[in-house]
Amino acid sequence: MSKKITISKAIREGLLEEMRRDDKMFIIGEDMAVMGNVFAITTGFLDEFGPNRVIDTPISEEGFMGMAVGAAMRGMHPCVELMYDDFVTECADPLFNQAAKLKYMSGGQCSIPLVLRMPMGSGRRNAGQHSQSLEGMVCHFPGLKVVAPSCAEDAKGLIKAALRDPDPVVVMEHKLLYARKEEIPEEEYVTPIGKARVRREGKDLTIITWSREVNFSLEAAESLAKEGIDVEVLDLRTLVPVDWDAIRESVSKTHNVIIVSEEVKRGSYAGELSAEIAEELFDELDAPVERVCGLNIVSPFSPVLEDQNFPHPADIAAAVKRVLNK
Amino acid sequence: MARKKKTEEYSKEFVLGLYRTTVRIRAFEEHAAECFTKGMLAGNIHLSIGQEAAEAGAFACIEPQDFFTSTHRGHGHVIARGGDPKRAMAELFGKKTGYCKGKGGSMHIADMAKMNHLGANGIVGAGQAISAGSALASKIMGDNSVTVGCFGDGSTNEGSFHESLNMAAAWKLPMVWFIENNCYGVSTEIHRVTNTPDLATRAAAYNVEYAVVDGTDALAVYEAMKVAMEHARSGKGPYVVEAKVYRYQGHYCGDPAVYRPSEYMEYALKHDGIDKLANRLREMGVTDEELEEIKAAATAEMDAAVKFADESPYPDPSEVTDDMYTADNERCVAR
Repeated sequence: MSKKITISKAIREGLLEEMRRDDKMFIIGEDMAVMGNVFAITTGFLDEFGPNRVIDTPISEEGFMGMAVGAAMRGMHPCVELMYDDFVTECADPLFNQAAKLKYMSGGQCSIPLVLRMPMGSGRRNAGQHSQSLEGMVCHFPGLKVVAPSCAEDAKGLIKAALRDPDPVVVMEHKLLYARKEEIPEEEYVTPIGKARVRREGKDLTIITWSREVNFSLEAAESLAKEGIDVEVLDLRTLVPVDWDAIRESVSKTHNVIIVSEEVKRGSYAGELSAEIAEELFDELDAPVERVCGLNIVSPFSPVLEDQNFPHPADIAAAVKRVLNK
Repeated sequence: MARKKKTEEYSKEFVLGLYRTTVRIRAFEEHAAECFTKGMLAGNIHLSIGQEAAEAGAFACIEPQDFFTSTHRGHGHVIARGGDPKRAMAELFGKKTGYCKGKGGSMHIADMAKMNHLGANGIVGAGQAISAGSALASKIMGDNSVTVGCFGDGSTNEGSFHESLNMAAAWKLPMVWFIENNCYGVSTEIHRVTNTPDLATRAAAYNVEYAVVDGTDALAVYEAMKVAMEHARSGKGPYVVEAKVYRYQGHYCGDPAVYRPSEYMEYALKHDGIDKLANRLREMGVTDEELEEIKAAATAEMDAAVKFADESPYPDPSEVTDDMYTADNERCVAR
């Protein structure tokens, strides 16, 4: 059985089920309790779980992120929300130097079972400090796991997996996906961390992508199909640990790859994947791997300008043709 | 503020216990310094010499169920909490037998299982939010433990000090912050960069109780911390205690501290916290021989700690990627 709900509702269901299952879990962040989150993810949670488990913070990202780390070291399961992933710079130390490192630096004495939800991405006309895709930055730090779902089913399944994981997991949620209505299973399920999914099978070229660009890649693939180009779309779903088996299998079949993300191209996680593929799967490749990313600029405000700063289906289709020399 | 008690109100055993702790901290640090100078240690160490009395006094108030965080200058806290000098020294040596299996070193000793030590931290100010988070966990779980955040003067100018204290106050978290103010952040004298004569007075901005004490007087620190711990444990919220101390060495072992006026150390040596405890004990009838015995025992204990550390094995190189992740470690570090 399945039902059709928005991605934000799917995330909400995941959080709700885990809050009911796990009394060590609590939710902390700006406007999470009384307001129930700016994207209405946690409305009603305060009434059900009380102020000790659904906590409105002051605008103190470094403080509450660090507190979540301390609580996690004590065996709690904090679920932190940053209103926008751009604000990660405000809590860089507790995330990158503490949550990511304290297990290793203590010789494995503790786990940091913390989830950080980070709404991200372009397209809402919010300019350079509310529109970034910072996968490259987050994936850089060993100690973090990183997931970036593209659909309602995975958004729910991955948040549940993240909340059950003993390590710190950053959940990158694209803001422009929240309102999409999609089918999800009625029954309870968890989407395993570290497993990619082939969203469209094809034999000519592999598009490796995640989050909102999965949808654009599928659109591009459909239009290319009409021209006789058969594209495989691999939705990574998890960025760390990356599902290398899935990448190798797909690349070994199609021998051509593009990687699509909304990131600034320079220093992107797309670039990291490109390098890995070049190092390890060079013999499988018929052409150089191409990255299709944002520009090396600040995310602009004006819709006309912002639209140039993330890959659209036409950009993806054009890149596929370039790589295939068609 | 705590009432100042007369010497006769303390038992000899109690004051002897404080004295023993201060002497053991100094002995540990002097041994570590010697090992550093001989090139037996990797990296840097930051010594607590001069701050022992404050640390002994403060930790005498911390109950077994309580938690604490520490700093890059954190060896003294480990000894004061009853940690094992052998494992601490082995960590300084980068050995497998160290508290963190050699993965943390001097600045990152932690012992979650026995000491409730949530870790020393190499990032100035990080322990403030972590201690507040531990206190938040205690509040949610209702476990009657208090978390003590130990840190120095320098970190009171970090944003996390203000953010964490504000939240701890708003939510009445069971937390005590213990500031050892030695007046120097590396080379910078605190009053050159801060306009308040005392640092704990900042607590007032968040409607938090505070006390400022002479950190060379272990008993004064003990009394202030006792009030603070009772306050936090009874649900009244956080409390900040500032102990004025002296850092006898430079910032790190080997730093000649040329930036400091000579008056600083001249004053400090006349007000040494260990000497003060020794004088108290003499007033209580303890003989110089007994005091010397305590020193000799500490020296022997730290000799053994150095021997243990020196003879312990290094981690096996194959362990380098261990302990990054609790689940799926191999795949997470592969690429």
